[in-house]
Amino acid sequence: MAKFRTKTGKGLQAINTSSLPDIVFMLLFFFMVATQMRETEVQVRVKVPEATEVKKLEKKSLVSYIYIGRPVSQLVAMYGTEPLIQLNDKLVSEEGVPYESIQDFVLFEREKLPEADKNKMTMSLRIDENISMGKVDDVKKALRRARALIINYSARKEYREQGRRR
Amino acid sequence: MARSTPEVNGGSLADIAFLLLIFFLVTTTMDIDTGITRLLPPEPDPDQMDQQVQVNKRNVLVVLLNRSDLLMVGGEVMDRLALKDKTIEFFTNPNHSIDLPVMEETEVQFPPGSSSLLPADGMWRGEVSKGVISLQNDRSTTYGKYLQVQNELVAAVNELRNDFCRQYFDKDYEDLNTADPVQQEIQDGIRQIYKMNISETEPKDIGGRN
Repeated sequence: MAKFRTKTGKGLQAINTSSLPDIVFMLLFFFMVATQMRETEVQVRVKVPEATEVKKLEKKSLVSYIYIGRPVSQLVAMYGTEPLIQLNDKLVSEEGVPYESIQDFVLFEREKLPEADKNKMTMSLRIDENISMGKVDDVKKALRRARALIINYSARKEYREQGRRR
Repeated sequence: MARSTPEVNGGSLADIAFLLLIFFLVTTTMDIDTGITRLLPPEPDPDQMDQQVQVNKRNVLVVLLNRSDLLMVGGEVMDRLALKDKTIEFFTNPNHSIDLPVMEETEVQFPPGSSSLLPADGMWRGEVSKGVISLQNDRSTTYGKYLQVQNELVAAVNELRNDFCRQYFDKDYEDLNTADPVQQEIQDGIRQIYKMNISETEPKDIGGRN
């Protein structure tokens, strides 16, 4: 009974908020650790296909990104609507098979890696599912010439019901 | 000056922390990069361009994707979902058919004592397929379709590896811990038995004229 009479008594008791910063800091640290800053601005529209056999890319430091897609709507005026190749953050303007751009890109990226990891460099190909293979084959050809042979076709995980076989 | 140091007001600490928190909340992207990892073949030496590797016809399964994204496997039009079973049949050759790849007697070394189904020295003796899948596409094939086909081929090999691993080591192939040298050796062994033999030939315009 006495519970309800406090109002008339000493007025509202303030909630103790001294532990609030601790809680917020905890959340803060969680997000700081979990955050991966987006280093590159993707200038092409990429919707990667779905696949069931995808694996996680383990070591982020070994990965360089190649995007292939149509330019985002803000850049259509500048580049048109034809598919473009973007290497990490640079758009490729080279005509035909981009041997030189990719060669330079691979050398540059490989230079950044420690000696022991140089041959483990992985190229993540983030390619829009509606792009025709011609562009992709050009990139693959250039990668072969640049000796960047480990590639990863980026894809989202697709879940399929089990036991389809037989 | 005679006063003792006043206590720092900690009331705004929470506000500052909130500000930072919201910043990180907004900039966080939680997506993990996933994908199918493949190895490209090294570029052939220009001097050796003419030396085409001769492979027996029965050892090759031609998977063809044309410009209209139609799939043809070994000469017949096929649905994508049937490709996995076809690939498994191709790599295992269960009935020792003369149209399917040659199975070669092979010995593969596994860590001794790692499985009760293997002899004590850990030597596996059995047949390993000499089959190679040749994946060909047109320049106008859509990438999404191409990757689906890649996915089915990889799925087939993964399933074979997984079946083997479960049978002998009572474990999923994916669960093998490569940091452990014994399990790494098991993985290498299984990879020798079921190789990811997918060759990607130089694409050509196979779609013909319109």
